[in-house]
Amino acid sequence: MTVQELPGAGASHRSTPPPAWRPRTDAAPLLPDPEPYRVLGTPAADRLDPELMRRCYAELVRGRRYNAQATALTRQGRLAVYPSTVGQEACEIAAAMVLEEQDWLFPSYRDTLAAVARGLDPVQALTLLRGDWHTGYDPREHRIAPLSTPLATQLPHAVGLAHAARLRGDDVVALAMVGDGGTSEGDFHEAMNFAAVWQAPVVFLVQNNGFAISVPLAKQTAAPTLAHKAVGYGMPGRLVDGNDIAAMHEVLSEAVRRARSGGGPTMIEAVTYRIEAHTNADDATRYRGDAEVEAWKAHDPIDLLERELTARGLLDEAGIKAAKDAAEAMAAALRDGMNAEPVIDPMDLFENVYAQQTGRLREQAAMLRAELDAAEQEEGDGS
Amino acid sequence: MTTVAVKPATTKPATMAQALNRAMRDAMAEDPTVHVMGEDVGALGGVFRITDGLAKEFGEDRCTDTPLAEAGILGAAVGMAMYGLRPVVEMQFDAFAYPAFEQLISHVAKMRNRTRGAMPLPITIRVPYGGGIGGVEHHCDSSEAYYVATPGLTVVTPATVEDAYGLLRASIASDDPVIFLEPKRLYWSKSDWSPEAPAAVPGIGEALVRRTGTSATLITYGPSLPVCMEAAEAAREEGWDLEVVDLRSLVPFDEETVVASVRRTGRAVVVHESGGFGGPGAEIAARITERCFHHLEAPVLRVTGFDIPYPPPMLEKYHLPGVDRILDTVARLQWEN
Repeated sequence: MTVQELPGAGASHRSTPPPAWRPRTDAAPLLPDPEPYRVLGTPAADRLDPELMRRCYAELVRGRRYNAQATALTRQGRLAVYPSTVGQEACEIAAAMVLEEQDWLFPSYRDTLAAVARGLDPVQALTLLRGDWHTGYDPREHRIAPLSTPLATQLPHAVGLAHAARLRGDDVVALAMVGDGGTSEGDFHEAMNFAAVWQAPVVFLVQNNGFAISVPLAKQTAAPTLAHKAVGYGMPGRLVDGNDIAAMHEVLSEAVRRARSGGGPTMIEAVTYRIEAHTNADDATRYRGDAEVEAWKAHDPIDLLERELTARGLLDEAGIKAAKDAAEAMAAALRDGMNAEPVIDPMDLFENVYAQQTGRLREQAAMLRAELDAAEQEEGDGS
Repeated sequence: MTTVAVKPATTKPATMAQALNRAMRDAMAEDPTVHVMGEDVGALGGVFRITDGLAKEFGEDRCTDTPLAEAGILGAAVGMAMYGLRPVVEMQFDAFAYPAFEQLISHVAKMRNRTRGAMPLPITIRVPYGGGIGGVEHHCDSSEAYYVATPGLTVVTPATVEDAYGLLRASIASDDPVIFLEPKRLYWSKSDWSPEAPAAVPGIGEALVRRTGTSATLITYGPSLPVCMEAAEAAREEGWDLEVVDLRSLVPFDEETVVASVRRTGRAVVVHESGGFGGPGAEIAARITERCFHHLEAPVLRVTGFDIPYPPPMLEKYHLPGVDRILDTVARLQWEN
């Protein structure tokens, strides 16, 4: 029996729509523009706010210096590892700049620079990577969630926090950051879906830097762009040039405004490039060519802004020097902070596992205490 | 250890399901930060009706039907707890919780620790668990070994109507994440417990001697408690006077109550539904051996589910520890080298 022969099959049956079904929304307004949104080097740059752009410039220069210093600290063995954001500074800085004090940032492991740009002490931001503790700051004090190493798992947290804040009537927006690889994870899907269903005040910022460690975007997704994924959840997707800080600031600000005013979540794909390797443990020459890297260097976020501002007479040599000096001062403070040996108490291992220590942990703590005392005694006897 | 005072309830909970429902209602009424969430918990009242009426009484913002996504449910609960709420999450069935394991292991269990105490997560995760209800595949797992192996999680499981109420109140009041394992085959067990009568309920981490005896100790929890009580009665005919310890809390583990009992009786059998290899019974047997070696008249034995994937409904009676298997094992305690 073929399908056509089945009882009930036929044109009349197929032409009758199910009773209540209709599309929930018009998909067109949610679709991203085909080209990444740009401001620098376009007529839109006429409306730049000079003061804001000078601040952006200083932050970008500081961010680049931070990346360089952190990478140097890795080579000196001060950091176990550092995932660089050279080339991605505009995304990191803009994400931090568009948030109000009461808002929350949910960074991934690569987003220490965004945390620093939000005002977190650079040394505290690096404790995870230095290895003296996982999270070196009080998330509530700074409204920065702990840097998340498992991919995309912090996105549902952002949704839950924003939802809770809205239930309490608080004016809070959560901005969650994830990479292109992270969009393949189940938690990305679940977070996007929850946010849209709950109309939570969340902004998802996807930094498409071209590679998930070594795997290029083409092997990561078959979607036309990552921003297109937003449509399937019923939220707007925005495609933006991640190296253009003016465009990033504008698009992120609009999404934050939308979230704040009850308009629900937005997903933004920032098209950028990871100039350096994934971390110092990665050999990027195995999976990409120099020509590609050089082409992206020609689209450097700092150069883009510097060219625009100098051409318009909004930035001069003195301004550039002032930004560099401030960046050097930050780098020196970071070096000093990282060169000071962290104070480590091994007994901290047993603290904060539970509100009240279990009998088992008390036993194990006593064992370590005894080992430490014996070692100290031995050291004392030896000298 | 915390002890939660029981507020006299106006209606008498006749079943464990009703006691659990009452516990959530009372917690929600007393504390506006308590939020219940999960798949089907709203209008339907949960597939087991444990959340029956909560959405109607407290509104959909306090008892929320979420999208069908366990990682999303638990992940969102993490964010809600970060903002100061006390989410009570329902995982519908034991095996449905597995998609949420990354959130559970990597974030829920660790947040207090990784933030050095700055950000505790007071989340209660309700997991109906265990077999004996004729459920099809993926509806009858005993997953407690996974939970107890994860530092940072508190793991409790009631076996009586009274404890269902008390332990759930204590779990919701806890500042740490709690895995609250609900023995689903006891949901409809009845009790003459009256909420007006008891003044206090167990604190987390307190085991209870349910039956005193002198010949040997049965150590158990959750769905296996009634089986052990029945076995203890049956054993009298064979001359065995069995003591029964209900752990109630797997983490923290009340070692003192267990050790004191085994030192009195000199013999011990651990009974649970989950598999034996790497199961909670292995840990308990090891601890008893470490602390009671000179008091033991026989090796510590275990009666557990087989080390197999949970069997289909028509075969589960062969798998689950029953009275006969417990009695046969107790007989083996007559240790004569």
